[in-house]
Amino acid sequence: MYEFNYQKAGSVADAAAKVAGADDGTLMAGGMTLIPTLKQRLAMPSDVVDIGQLADLQGISVAGGKVSIGSMTTHDTVANSADVKGAIPALAVLASGIGDPMVRNRGTMGGSVANNDPAADYPGAVLGLGATVVTDKREIAGDAFFTGMFETALDEGEIITRIDFPVPTKAAYTKFPNPASRYAIVGVFVAQTADGVRVAVTGAGGTAFRATEMEAALNANFSPSALDGISVSSDGLNKDIHASAEYRAHLIGVMAKRAVAACG
Amino acid sequence: MPRDDGIGASVRRKEDFRFVTGQGSYTDDLNRHGQTYAAFVRSPHAHATLNSVNTSAAAAMDGVVAIFTGQDLLDAEVNGLPCGWQVHSKDGEPMVEPAHPALAQGKVRHVGDAVAVVIAETLSQARAAAEAVAVDYGMLPAVGNMTAAKAGKAQIFEEAPNNQCYDWEIGDEAEIDAAMAKATHVVELPLVNNRLIANPIEPRVAIGDYDTATGEHTLFTTSQNPHVIRLLMGAFVLGLPEHKLRVVAPDVGGGFGTKIFHYAEEAIVTWAAAKVRRPIKWTSDRSEAFMSDAHGRDHETVAKLGLDADGKFLALKVQTDANMGAYLSTFAPAVPTYLYATLLAGQYTTPLVYANVRAWFTNTVPVDAYRGAGRPEATYVIEQIVEEAARQIGMDPADLRAKNFISPDAVPYQTPVALEYDSGNYAGTLEMAKKAINYDGFAARQAASKAAGKLRGIGFSAYIEACGIAPSAVVGSLGARAGLYEVANVRVHPTGSVTMHTGTHSHGQGHETTFAQVVAERLGVPIENVDVVHGDTNNIPFGMGTYGSRSLAVGGSALAKALDKVEAKAKKIAAHLMEASDTDVEFKDGQFTIAGTDKSVSFGDVALTAYVPHNFPHDELEPGLEEQAFYDPANFTFPAGCHIAEVEIDPETGTVTLANFVAADDFGNIVNPMIVEGQVHGGIAQGVGQALLEGCVYDEDGQLVTGSYMDYAMPRADNLPNFTVDTQVTPCPHNPLGVKGCGEAGAIAAPAAVMNAVTGAMRAAGVTKPIDMPATPSEVWAALHAS
Repeated sequence: MYEFNYQKAGSVADAAAKVAGADDGTLMAGGMTLIPTLKQRLAMPSDVVDIGQLADLQGISVAGGKVSIGSMTTHDTVANSADVKGAIPALAVLASGIGDPMVRNRGTMGGSVANNDPAADYPGAVLGLGATVVTDKREIAGDAFFTGMFETALDEGEIITRIDFPVPTKAAYTKFPNPASRYAIVGVFVAQTADGVRVAVTGAGGTAFRATEMEAALNANFSPSALDGISVSSDGLNKDIHASAEYRAHLIGVMAKRAVAACG
Repeated sequence: MPRDDGIGASVRRKEDFRFVTGQGSYTDDLNRHGQTYAAFVRSPHAHATLNSVNTSAAAAMDGVVAIFTGQDLLDAEVNGLPCGWQVHSKDGEPMVEPAHPALAQGKVRHVGDAVAVVIAETLSQARAAAEAVAVDYGMLPAVGNMTAAKAGKAQIFEEAPNNQCYDWEIGDEAEIDAAMAKATHVVELPLVNNRLIANPIEPRVAIGDYDTATGEHTLFTTSQNPHVIRLLMGAFVLGLPEHKLRVVAPDVGGGFGTKIFHYAEEAIVTWAAAKVRRPIKWTSDRSEAFMSDAHGRDHETVAKLGLDADGKFLALKVQTDANMGAYLSTFAPAVPTYLYATLLAGQYTTPLVYANVRAWFTNTVPVDAYRGAGRPEATYVIEQIVEEAARQIGMDPADLRAKNFISPDAVPYQTPVALEYDSGNYAGTLEMAKKAINYDGFAARQAASKAAGKLRGIGFSAYIEACGIAPSAVVGSLGARAGLYEVANVRVHPTGSVTMHTGTHSHGQGHETTFAQVVAERLGVPIENVDVVHGDTNNIPFGMGTYGSRSLAVGGSALAKALDKVEAKAKKIAAHLMEASDTDVEFKDGQFTIAGTDKSVSFGDVALTAYVPHNFPHDELEPGLEEQAFYDPANFTFPAGCHIAEVEIDPETGTVTLANFVAADDFGNIVNPMIVEGQVHGGIAQGVGQALLEGCVYDEDGQLVTGSYMDYAMPRADNLPNFTVDTQVTPCPHNPLGVKGCGEAGAIAAPAAVMNAVTGAMRAAGVTKPIDMPATPSEVWAALHAS
């Protein structure tokens, strides 16, 4: 990696100031994407501002029909949280399937969501549960947050502080992993919520998206068979050596049915 | 009562304590006083002219000690890397053998081809300066695969106008065509043996050092064969005499073949260390390993099997194209010829076998031996086409195999493709494997899978391989430029402990335990009193190293012969002490006795007497107790067996789950069953990896698409079931321990077993065209979907 200044932030405001004050500063949460990128000399920030350990950004609470998760909460913490398992077990299952134990003990929910890798799992949950992304400046609806591949509604230097997930009636996440990286080739998050059924798809497109035709069908009949006959267009879906766009489109249907079945 | 640390005992590996507690000493753990660091400038292009390499800006950067380019090597008369095996085409012409400069000269020929080396005080400084070396590349069309090579998309070497390295054959084509014309059934099958990247856990490392006081050059390197590197690098590349060149391969974290070869980085750090008068360390990172370690396999084959009305095999005809990559790596030409086509008889009595192999240059990383080297490719061809034949003529695949097996009574058996099998009982391992997997219960299991919406298949692989390489005279006549004997030295110390030196090299195989067990068994000393030393050309006699499952079969045989000498001398000393004739001395469990008397001396007493020779037969013997033996084998060894895979496919996603895998192997006598089992497990894991997960992909322009673990899928524990492995013993008749090689068998047998299971399952869903490896979910789904 290239040389950079490592700065440990003392607070969210301090982190924002340190990034703003640097020539080319970058925030680091768990570093599970940033550090490999640095090691491969693909990024050359002047300053890395570490917010991973900030106490204000840790922790999980359940109140008022919402699970609020601090942005620097690790995947492992989410996966093993009794609160999450009790309120939204699908979210704990999702977190338990990210990366490997080392990644889960370093990587954070906020880091994953802010990075918005098209094959990441958490965007599926944020969209699928209709979560609200809370930052140091404002609240952003999950539906408005993911704007494109590695692009989000976050402004330069804006820091996610927590994410609020409404507790659904039922939810499940099913993922078809890339055989090499084990990122999602297709992941589908299905939730039955107070506002109706939500079906969010990650891995398949440039960014996570909702499958509205499936949502309509499941609102009418929440069962796997309700999805029979609904085909997803492969237009605009990702394609690579691991999966064609057509295969991804097909897998969306398979994973969605399995998620509905897993909702019980 | 057999010893609990002798031959046949599952002794826990002596070396593992240091490995699992982080106390191994790998090459990168070594640091020399005043050490500098090397970083290579590597081509991002697959094929380009080197118009200029400007190092002036880089040379002015902080910490830079020196920068060398291909021109500097030319000026210093550093030669290119040699190829260790010459193959001749069927017209008698030698293969095209282009120069392989250690740093590119005039042209780059694959992504990762080294253009320059920067040596600096720190690794970071070296890398920064390497990025500042300005290279002007003149882009050329690139040959990304063999189809493009054949089509002449570009010409890679002046001396190979059609990109062909050789066009080789074995057998009589006219004879085989005549036999094929008379066959009742002719089964034809196109097959691809996918390109693999070995990926040992420890990447390659090389440290060059030069002692100005003695004029000795030292190379510390991650090698499977330090003497071979000393020979190739000293004699062919750098022109250094052996007594001034030391090569050390300390603990090495996996090789799988890719650490056999002599690499440019080794020669460069050795040469440059003397130029800059500082030690130089180069450590490959994983990305660099993907584009600079020799790759494996990469064959395209069309096979044809002729059978009579009863299912007896009449003739096998094989046409194979083999990708050599951009240069000839050390043993590359031998892999698709003598290590491949000579195995095409398999376990069968097929009277006629013909193979034509064409080798091609492409703008890809060189391809060379990878665990199994030629024999996995041969097994894949034979066992796929036999399975396909069984399906086409409607015979049970086990029965068709058994019908064509060479019977134990026919051994030794001369195959039509040069090899003479020395031992074996193929029906025995087939039956063992069938029983282990409950073959009779397969139909019921398949029905249960079907009821659950899944497809189930079972696949056989009845393999034989030739290893324990090799009789030097035989390989010499086939083009090898080296001998393939082995050496062992047994040094008995005055108090009876033993240090054993072997020319083989352990990089995961457990030699420190296995060889020590042989010593313990033979000399009656406890295993903890035996140490095994390898890996340093200054400490061990000239040995050829470890590959081709040769260590125990050849190196262990050398050890047995050295132990014979130790025992013979010790008996004479014991006879002297007991005032008897040495012909009356018996040696058992570490005690020398005279039959019919109560006289007895221990091995320890004899050792002490040898070194404190106060009462010693000086007129007959020299003091001391240390013996050495070289051993050149009479033949290859022929491990064989049967592996059976059972898979379940989820037709909705194309996911293949390996439901069960059984292996019945014949490795002759076994010294440490636990280590053998571990070797089989590892081999199967790599074979399953090839079948279901691993595939190196280049695009048409020669860019490496699978350049990291994000895209290159390695097998992991959760991809594998618990294996059931068992062995039968037919001893090797021509080596003193009766042993055969076991290290490659899993990787040789497993791919065909898994793929036969996959294609069998898919056939039940109406897919008759076999799919290629790796059978990834997307490929399986696409094939099912298309049907």
